[in-house]
Amino acid sequence: MRSPKNSIWNDLDWITIGLYFLLVILGWLNIYSAVFNEEQQHGFHFGTRYGKQLIWIGAAFLIIVIALVVDSKFYSSFAYIIYGLSILLLIAVLIVGTRINGAKSWLVIGSIQFQPAEFTKIATALAMAKYLSHYSLKPEKFKTLLVFFAIIGIPTLFILLQNDTGSALVFFIFILVFYREGMPSVYMLFGLLAVALFVLAMLFENYIIIIILEILALLAFYILYRRQNETLIAALIVGISSVLVWLVITYFMPDASITLLLLLALFFSSLFFVYILFKNKLNGGFIILAVLFSSIFYAYSVDYFFDNVLDGYQQRRIKVLLGIQSDPYGAGYNVNQSMIAIGSGGPIGKGYLLGTQTKFKFVPEQSTDFIFCTVGEEWGFVGSAIVLGLFLALLMRIIIMAERQKSKFSRIYGYCVASILFFHVAINVGMTIGLAPVIGIPLPFFSYGGSSLWGFTFLLFIFVKLDSNRTQLIT
Amino acid sequence: MNPYLSRKYIIGGIFSLIILIYIIRLFFLQIVDQSYKLSASNNVLRYVTQYPSRGLIYDRNGKLMVYNEAAYDILVIPRQVEPFDTNQLAKLLDLTKEQIAQRLKAAKNYSYYKPSVFAKQISARNYAPLQEQLYNFKGFFVQTRTLRKYPEKIGAHVLGYIGEVDDELTKKDPYYNSGDYIGISGVEQSYEKVLRGKKGVEIFMVDVHNRIKGRFKEGKFDTIAIHGENVTLTIDATIQAYGEALMKNKRGSIVAIEPSTGEILTLVSSPGFDPDLLVGRNRTENYDKLKNDSLLPLFDRPLMARYPPGSTFKLVNALIGLQEEIIKPWTVFSCYGGYNIGNFHMGCHNHRSPLDLKHSIQHSCNAYYANVFRSILDAPKYGSVENAYGLWRNSVISFGFGQKLGIDLPHEVNGYIPTLSLYNRIHGNRLKSLNIVSLAIGQGELLMTPLQMANMTAIICNKGYYYVPHVIKSTSETYDTVQKPFLIRKYTNIDSVNFEPVIEGMFLGVNGDDGGTGRIARMPGIEICGKTGTAENPHGDDHSIFIAFAPKDNPKIAIAVYVENAGFGATWAAPIASLMIEKYINDSIARPALEKHILERNLIDAQP
Ligand SMILES: [Zn+2]
Repeated sequence: MRSPKNSIWNDLDWITIGLYFLLVILGWLNIYSAVFNEEQQHGFHFGTRYGKQLIWIGAAFLIIVIALVVDSKFYSSFAYIIYGLSILLLIAVLIVGTRINGAKSWLVIGSIQFQPAEFTKIATALAMAKYLSHYSLKPEKFKTLLVFFAIIGIPTLFILLQNDTGSALVFFIFILVFYREGMPSVYMLFGLLAVALFVLAMLFENYIIIIILEILALLAFYILYRRQNETLIAALIVGISSVLVWLVITYFMPDASITLLLLLALFFSSLFFVYILFKNKLNGGFIILAVLFSSIFYAYSVDYFFDNVLDGYQQRRIKVLLGIQSDPYGAGYNVNQSMIAIGSGGPIGKGYLLGTQTKFKFVPEQSTDFIFCTVGEEWGFVGSAIVLGLFLALLMRIIIMAERQKSKFSRIYGYCVASILFFHVAINVGMTIGLAPVIGIPLPFFSYGGSSLWGFTFLLFIFVKLDSNRTQLIT
Repeated sequence: MNPYLSRKYIIGGIFSLIILIYIIRLFFLQIVDQSYKLSASNNVLRYVTQYPSRGLIYDRNGKLMVYNEAAYDILVIPRQVEPFDTNQLAKLLDLTKEQIAQRLKAAKNYSYYKPSVFAKQISARNYAPLQEQLYNFKGFFVQTRTLRKYPEKIGAHVLGYIGEVDDELTKKDPYYNSGDYIGISGVEQSYEKVLRGKKGVEIFMVDVHNRIKGRFKEGKFDTIAIHGENVTLTIDATIQAYGEALMKNKRGSIVAIEPSTGEILTLVSSPGFDPDLLVGRNRTENYDKLKNDSLLPLFDRPLMARYPPGSTFKLVNALIGLQEEIIKPWTVFSCYGGYNIGNFHMGCHNHRSPLDLKHSIQHSCNAYYANVFRSILDAPKYGSVENAYGLWRNSVISFGFGQKLGIDLPHEVNGYIPTLSLYNRIHGNRLKSLNIVSLAIGQGELLMTPLQMANMTAIICNKGYYYVPHVIKSTSETYDTVQKPFLIRKYTNIDSVNFEPVIEGMFLGVNGDDGGTGRIARMPGIEICGKTGTAENPHGDDHSIFIAFAPKDNPKIAIAVYVENAGFGATWAAPIASLMIEKYINDSIARPALEKHILERNLIDAQP
């Protein structure tokens, strides 16, 4: 018989732990290099950023011990309570929080600064795991989707109110978790449609989107029923009613926009369409119509959201990313400088501590959001690819571990961990190479900062703990 | 048991796909795209800041007041410096070997990587030989800068000067880097953001020998500098120059305002200084000299000097008396060589008696205003002297006294109108109107700036309102934010009808048949209205004050002239004001003898 203490030691997933420490060490080396200054070599110093980060890494050990000592059942039993507490913390931040860099997302207690949003990620992952692991869950039911969005919507809302858009977007990646647990594929399709429409709505005028959607609807109708004649007739009706409405409008309302015209034409032709569908009992056609109209409504909401909800700088960043706006000294500045730094790294980099671009402080936020620049410049393509490879290895390892859980709760939590890490890596690295919007979220284990390091450590090691009990049923 | 098991492949696939896309992107950025490939030969990018040319400054008639001239700074990046011929560099830059070593050390202390200024403002002439030799000195390079130039050496206080930004500001405002220039006073300071433009940056690739190998990415990441906007001032350079000439060798100020707009025509502070002194390599040295000059040439008197207004303030008391219906234009008071109550005696000069309102202004009768002022304070309708004083003070403040008017130039001061609590402290809560009767004739604790007095004159011209005096006339783009505040009428507590007798009195003061205190300012052909004043000076001779406007109907210019230690108001201030008005309205001088008398008089060296 093994003692229980021994047992957990042997059941820990050492591959994950190894990857974790490798990433943390690489991260610290890069922070050291980012802060390192040839001019001011005063030896090692705990007041510097690398010094502080070292303290935080030390403290992360404590978090690891706590995460591993707590009983696995605790996480499952108290998931909702932890979730509720984290929401209370978010509210507390809104009331007594401190504003740092424009986001009122910090709680300052004495000399300790702490971002509750980091804790919320863990709490929401636990709550999500708890909800989706319920034995009577029916993923295909609409109610499930609503509860799913409620669980991620509440923290998202409060974090948005703190003006911390980057962290708020993280929770939407739980769609992947829900997908794994049986979310109907059609939701995924709708999700993709929503993203595509968002980009289209940004890029094109509304009338072009309406035309594209009409064509898609006709295509869908054709593919679904293979009725050549009706499809042609429907196309004709849309066309003819467009012309008719156009004539009427130019006569009575010369100032009307093309969009209004198209909408009216669509409305009238839809009436006729509804009649055909009824007559031939083609119920699928109604779904197509419903999707068409809600897509148009959505495209309009996107415009409204973009113009009225997003801040000017966020609008600019999205426009720069989509190539609508070029602004190398404004919104695009960070990205340009970061790409120059990474690109100048070449195949094998300039060598550790020898980066010039990052040293010149041309890349802003260099030890936090743009830490990957230092990797790219000093370690080159080889180093960057290895770091990305390590992250991918960690993600894959977590998926493998998740799939070997006996308990559904543990599996789902594992997917939550993988999704959150993936989202951060994808956005953070993506923005340094110009493939994702600059929304300012940290690179896990790399970026300077205690809150994020502790948050990711806790998030991961709860899963390591759950995994050590993988043969048990945790409810 | 687990129907969706296959979806793990899709999720794993998404993760792998994104990471793969990123690795491919990195491959293109770091290996395929040669333009980023700077590391192999240890190349670096050099960021060259493009300084925009600073906006030019024009006077109200489009006459150029400030322009730019090119100069060259030599910068150094210590990390790139290689052993060089110190003697040769010393000769080229006109420095000693010790200075070179010292400056190189200072640059290293500032930063190893960032460029710092090594030698400043080399003129175009000295630059030519230097440019040919500079390739011998690795790590040194040139940056073009602009120097401010002044076609006429006038308006130094209004225009202000530019200088290097201090370290504190570079930390606060990321726009500025060490060594950048910033407006430090005058228009250069208050319109810094308009004048400065926006810096650009050019990114070059340089090789190990610090030679430029071309633009990075064909200039894709460069930003061009946006030149500063030109600014047109309300100042009239002609009479500004004339005012400065008239005030030469005298201490004091001239402020002239166009009453219908609040536009400042002239702002003379004397003694002034040549604006060229604060430009270029000798700026610091010259600045110290000016700063230590006992005549305080850097002190901007029109905005910063505070004097009691003297008799000019009688106008305000007359207006308040009329507004409060304490007096009527026909109210008369007697004067027996002054105002005498019990032991109290306030002198007056010799004139006929009694006088009505307009003649009291013409002859500046002290007794009349002692009576007016005390009648206001003791009027039963206010209930107490305290209430009456509060009301009187509010009316005075409505003229813009006791506060900053809000001129668009830095360093304006408040002036001072005594508060009731001050008097209650002095007089133990038993304030009597006789205690403070010196306020009637503009003495006592009152303090006003020349700008405020010129503004008061403009209020009289406008019969009750003013626009905040300002020096900006137009800029090319920023009309709304810059000029809007100056388009708002600010009303005093006085109705326009009450200004008529006061204006009449000011007219008689200059043009009255039986003489007036300001008769020396009389100018045939121009209906000048004016009022003399003498500011008591406990430290020496009194200051001479004259406020005036012209013509009487639809005035074009309101002016306040202060000449320090020049005694009675009429002697020096009045003729100067008169000449300024003549110059502005007629554009020529028909009184050469008077002009010569003023121009040649030295009131500074005559001082003990
Ligand atoms: Zn008298």
